[in-house]
Amino acid sequence: MIAEVGAGALAVALALAVYGSAAAAVGGRTGRAALVESAQHAALGVFAIVTSCLLLLAWAFLSFDFSVRYVANNTNLGTPFYYRLTAVWGALEGSIVLWAWMLSLYTLIVVVRHRTSARDLYPWVLAVMLGVLAFFLLVMTVPAPVFQRLTPVPADGRGLNPLLEDSGMITHPVALYLGFTGFTVPFAFAIAALVTGRVGDAWITTTRRWTITAWYFLSLGLLIGGWWSYHVLGWGGYWAWDPVENAAFMPWLTGTAFLHSVMIQERRRMLRLWNLALVIMTFSLTLFGTFLTRSGVIASVHAFTQGSIGVFFLSFLGLVLVVALVLLAWRWEALGAQGELDSVVSRESAFLLNNVLLLAATFTVFFGTVFPLLSEAMRGVKVSVGAPFFNQVNVPLFLGLLFLMGIGPLIAWRRASLDNLKRNFLWPIAVGIAAAAVFRLVGVRSMIAVLSLTLTVFVASTITVDLVRATRARLRTGERLPGALGGLLLRHNRRYGGFAVHLGILVVAIGVTGSQAWSVQTETTLRRGESTALAGYRVRFDGLAASEESNHVKVTGTFTVANGHGAPAVLQPAKKFYPQEQSPIAYVDYRLGLREDVYLVLGDFARDGSQATIRLQVNRLVSWIWIGGIILTLGTLLALAPERQRAGAAVA
Amino acid sequence: MIAAALVYMIYAGVTQSAVYFVTPSELGSAPVAGKAYRLGGMVERGSLRWEPSTLSLTFALSDGKASVAVRHKGAPPDLFGEGRGAVVEGSWTPEGYFRATHIMAKHSEEYKAPHDTNQASIKELMRTLSGGSR
Repeated sequence: MIAEVGAGALAVALALAVYGSAAAAVGGRTGRAALVESAQHAALGVFAIVTSCLLLLAWAFLSFDFSVRYVANNTNLGTPFYYRLTAVWGALEGSIVLWAWMLSLYTLIVVVRHRTSARDLYPWVLAVMLGVLAFFLLVMTVPAPVFQRLTPVPADGRGLNPLLEDSGMITHPVALYLGFTGFTVPFAFAIAALVTGRVGDAWITTTRRWTITAWYFLSLGLLIGGWWSYHVLGWGGYWAWDPVENAAFMPWLTGTAFLHSVMIQERRRMLRLWNLALVIMTFSLTLFGTFLTRSGVIASVHAFTQGSIGVFFLSFLGLVLVVALVLLAWRWEALGAQGELDSVVSRESAFLLNNVLLLAATFTVFFGTVFPLLSEAMRGVKVSVGAPFFNQVNVPLFLGLLFLMGIGPLIAWRRASLDNLKRNFLWPIAVGIAAAAVFRLVGVRSMIAVLSLTLTVFVASTITVDLVRATRARLRTGERLPGALGGLLLRHNRRYGGFAVHLGILVVAIGVTGSQAWSVQTETTLRRGESTALAGYRVRFDGLAASEESNHVKVTGTFTVANGHGAPAVLQPAKKFYPQEQSPIAYVDYRLGLREDVYLVLGDFARDGSQATIRLQVNRLVSWIWIGGIILTLGTLLALAPERQRAGAAVA
Repeated sequence: MIAAALVYMIYAGVTQSAVYFVTPSELGSAPVAGKAYRLGGMVERGSLRWEPSTLSLTFALSDGKASVAVRHKGAPPDLFGEGRGAVVEGSWTPEGYFRATHIMAKHSEEYKAPHDTNQASIKELMRTLSGGSR
């Protein structure tokens, strides 16, 4: 039953979305409010239906309804309750349902928030949102139907991919998709601005919060993905320049560029065309990423022809780009530059350079990701470029971005005077040089590590200088310190939220630098009672034991880890044997620390438990990456807080 | 200027880190020592030797026509085994074997129905481990 009801409901939702999109567009063109209103009702209807479908699917999972093919393929009677819920979006079809649901939720929020506030743009925004939603509903109906009946109904399902049995599976896809779908809103506003010819700054100011929110969720999704990779996949790293990761990283890069370039437009009326192009590019890259990861094209260009979902995504991407380009060409006249760059030494130019570097990084990642496809299509040889390529090209770009992170927020608009430069950068540069000397003295050998850490110190100093100066100014008016600092953060929450996000990125940068430069590992085979040593740690193998879990058998090794001081810790890495899998799945154990993580993977073992092969890693500063993520979250919340600025107050 | 620098960096990056995908027969016909390859094939039955004490893993990768001897230092990864697909990254040595630095076992997206033999071997594992560790 569920399969038929679900499929039918989705077809209705598709019809509603198509109608709503058309009605909103015609309403926008003719100014007939009744049509726009009916489009609103359609949006509400789509949201209600997609929500019900998501709940229906969840219910099918919870009640083990194997008559639904998707349920039978992704769960079995042994799958625990919690993972039956996350299995809803554990595979392609379900992930599209989640995607569409979020998009319909965003559409509804747009209706509630902007119905009256952005009256001219609003009908077209609604038309674009519902149009994109219609596309995803079409995907759910034709190439990736989630509600499909399976006959005969099997007694048990195939089970969930064991790698997805992890708590990160509830947060990672949700955050990532909230980010991906979130960029649809600024994109819809950009298209609306182009259609109506109101290409001024209204669409930018209206979507500021949307952009920050989407960017934040995308960042969070990337970080949680890194955490999942680190503690589930067991290869000891958090980022591999894998196509799936790159697919999410590219829109993050262009989204970051957009976040910065809109500030120039708000302030200096420059870059109208550029900002429209950036948001169109970001949205297109979210589609391209989905195409890349879902069509099988990465494995080989030939795999692409097998599934039709790739064709759907590629066609839609083509449609989006063509429509956007036509609109841009149509409004070319109105998009001419208004402000001009006064001096190379100015905030505008720092932001511009930031954009150039971010786009260069985007291009690099894009090129490296599609390189195997290009070489296969053009020369017939499959050549790939791995992590060394991405690191080699991107590291200089990222170091440049770190440097600009120190310059951009403090340098003066228009033309920075020598006095302005001295006032803002004398101390940070001095501190940075001192830090570089210290890093060399304590024996940091890697040039990249020295540079990266020095830049981090430099940027942190610029933020400190700014904060200290502004707090002092408030103290002079007689305020006490906590009040002065609090008032400052709340009144200029956008500025200091941005600083806090920068601080979070710096902390992530420290983690990445440290883990790349100083992590060590060893692989060895131990007999029971034997020990091995690495970086001051002694690891003793105490034995192996097997246990039966609800849907797998777990072979757990027990190891005692001592480092000379403090009580020894017990680590229990394991291998999990799932009946539906041909091979075991590694289960990593670790002790996280601010300075370093001890990370232990159980490799091979003797069947009588007498010996085990392990990989022991001491990973430096990795925790800083996750801490950076928390700081970034707090900074985003501060930046999103309602502006407290009094009318007419001087802007710093 | 920035564009030119980027193009140069990408060009240099590609030439330095390009890895060629080859099959055992392609590699066998024209091996170039020192060049980075990604070799994909099937682990030949009866060819797998794993020596835990020295961490030495040797096996032959085959595509049905030719077969290449591969050596690796480290435990066999999950999903790796005889009669299954694997992709190894590394280089050809003048001594006449392929030295693998990375083994990427192929993960099949399709999930198999539980096999009776698979079940039996897991049961056996439960038994030997419980007897062995207590």
